[in-house]
Amino acid sequence: MTKFKRNKEEIITAYIIILPWLLGLSIFIVGPIISSLMFSFMDYSVVLPPKFIGLGNYKRMFLNDPLFWKSLYNTLYMTVIGVPLNILLALSVALLLNQKLKGEALFRTIFYLPSVVPQVAISLLWMWILNPQVGLINYLLSLFGIKGPMWLASEQWAKPAFIIMGLWGIGGNMVIFLAGLQNVPQHLYDAAIVDGANIWQRFRYVTFPMLSPTIFFLLVMGIIGTLQIFTQAYIMTAGGPMDATLFYVYHLFNKAFRDFHMGYASAMAWFLFIIIFIATIINLKLAPKWVYYESE
Amino acid sequence: MNTKRIFLRIIAYILVIIGGISFIIPFIWTVSTAFKPDEQIFLFPPKWIPEPPTIKHFKEVFEFIPFGLLYKNTVLLALLNIAGTLFSCPLAAYAFAKLKWPGRDMLFIITLATMMLPPQVTMIPQFLIFRRLGWLNTMLPLWMPSFFGNAFNIFLLRQFFLTLPKELDDAARIDGCSFFDIFWRINLPLIIPAITAVTIFTFMGTWNNFIGPLIYVRSYNAMPLSLGLRMFQEAYSAEWGALMAASLMMILPVIIVFFFLQKYFVQGISLTGLKG
Repeated sequence: MTKFKRNKEEIITAYIIILPWLLGLSIFIVGPIISSLMFSFMDYSVVLPPKFIGLGNYKRMFLNDPLFWKSLYNTLYMTVIGVPLNILLALSVALLLNQKLKGEALFRTIFYLPSVVPQVAISLLWMWILNPQVGLINYLLSLFGIKGPMWLASEQWAKPAFIIMGLWGIGGNMVIFLAGLQNVPQHLYDAAIVDGANIWQRFRYVTFPMLSPTIFFLLVMGIIGTLQIFTQAYIMTAGGPMDATLFYVYHLFNKAFRDFHMGYASAMAWFLFIIIFIATIINLKLAPKWVYYESE
Repeated sequence: MNTKRIFLRIIAYILVIIGGISFIIPFIWTVSTAFKPDEQIFLFPPKWIPEPPTIKHFKEVFEFIPFGLLYKNTVLLALLNIAGTLFSCPLAAYAFAKLKWPGRDMLFIITLATMMLPPQVTMIPQFLIFRRLGWLNTMLPLWMPSFFGNAFNIFLLRQFFLTLPKELDDAARIDGCSFFDIFWRINLPLIIPAITAVTIFTFMGTWNNFIGPLIYVRSYNAMPLSLGLRMFQEAYSAEWGALMAASLMMILPVIIVFFFLQKYFVQGISLTGLKG
């Protein structure tokens, strides 16, 4: 009898305290997921009632919207080049800082600091830094006798400029790598040194396998994040020049909130989900080839 | 061997110092521009130290846009989002981690599954909901949802509740504590580091949020700094001194919070990174 009473109290408490999330999940997440899926098969411009058009939005996306492909290409460019570079630099800095250098804490703070700066402020700072005439980067290049490119105003250099700017924000990944490095047991290095392993071999056969789950996690998160890149392009280039920085979510945003093609934008959002899903599956499939999990 | 070691350490120092300088230079450049008299801003090669330093650009920011109002809005939004998150997420996380109730596992699986979806999927219907409610151009869409929880925070806090020993709860039950008492007096105090991390993320998230205000807000009355800075840049795109001054003022609170809570930042990031 007391057992029953206890359970009843537990269940009632649980339902009361889960209620906000139950409502939030239904109203702001599950409901919108269902209606977004429905919109993706409809022509819906907000002012007129939605009209069912079957696969019309998806057909238009693949067959009649060159900007869709352009934006997809731009986004994949950022992902394929930017994410590995970001992880590589974050790992390199973490490895350097892990050498028990003097002033390690200070350097860690310096490398991490840009990561707390809001994206809008980062964008403004870098517009100024990348200014072709009087910007800092082209000034530094001029010291080496190099005439810097037009950066954000150049169809060719705008995306690389975004990638360089992104490298300023490696701090978060670096901190995660540093935490990962702390967890590599010292006795593995000791054993490797006894076996006569040099620095590279110690990295290749001790550090890298031990960090591979971290690298894998950051790779997956980096890809998902970069596929959604938006703010920088909106502020710094407005998608230009010649749509060179019109990224996928930017195109989606334009379709939804500039043109009010809510159905089409919903279809784009679902296709983004499919891209993220496929990218994650590919990563998971490739993982056993290079990710090492302890105690398995 | 020893000379080789010393040589390698010197290389390491050189690399770290070069890297550190390149990471700090954009900040110095920003500060320098913000304090420069107009005629020195466009000098090439640039002048690093303003002569004399001027606070003119900081004053301009307040003249060009209602910067104080934007600041007040952002602080208010951050407080509301933190309050909402702390109200909704620890309770839900506790229910998932420590209580047994019908439907728990299914609801948890749905919660996890929704984390996989990019926010763009729900963005449009959410916009239509808030439009229907007549909440466009108010701050409501930017904070009200936080009172209904967030999948990521709930998941994170649940993982922490799970690490707490069950014996504590049982002992408290025998002493006649209610489940809410156990949550409030025994479990919650033990996961303060995780709560701090969630609070920091919420603060940063609010300060950073751009696409939300861009979609929902038009007028200064409901506008946070992120969008305000963008409006400012659109209108005064050549006023680099004032733009850098405004950026600095936007960055400053985040940097201050960071320096005071540095330990928790680093903890929080490592925890979420490794837990996920």
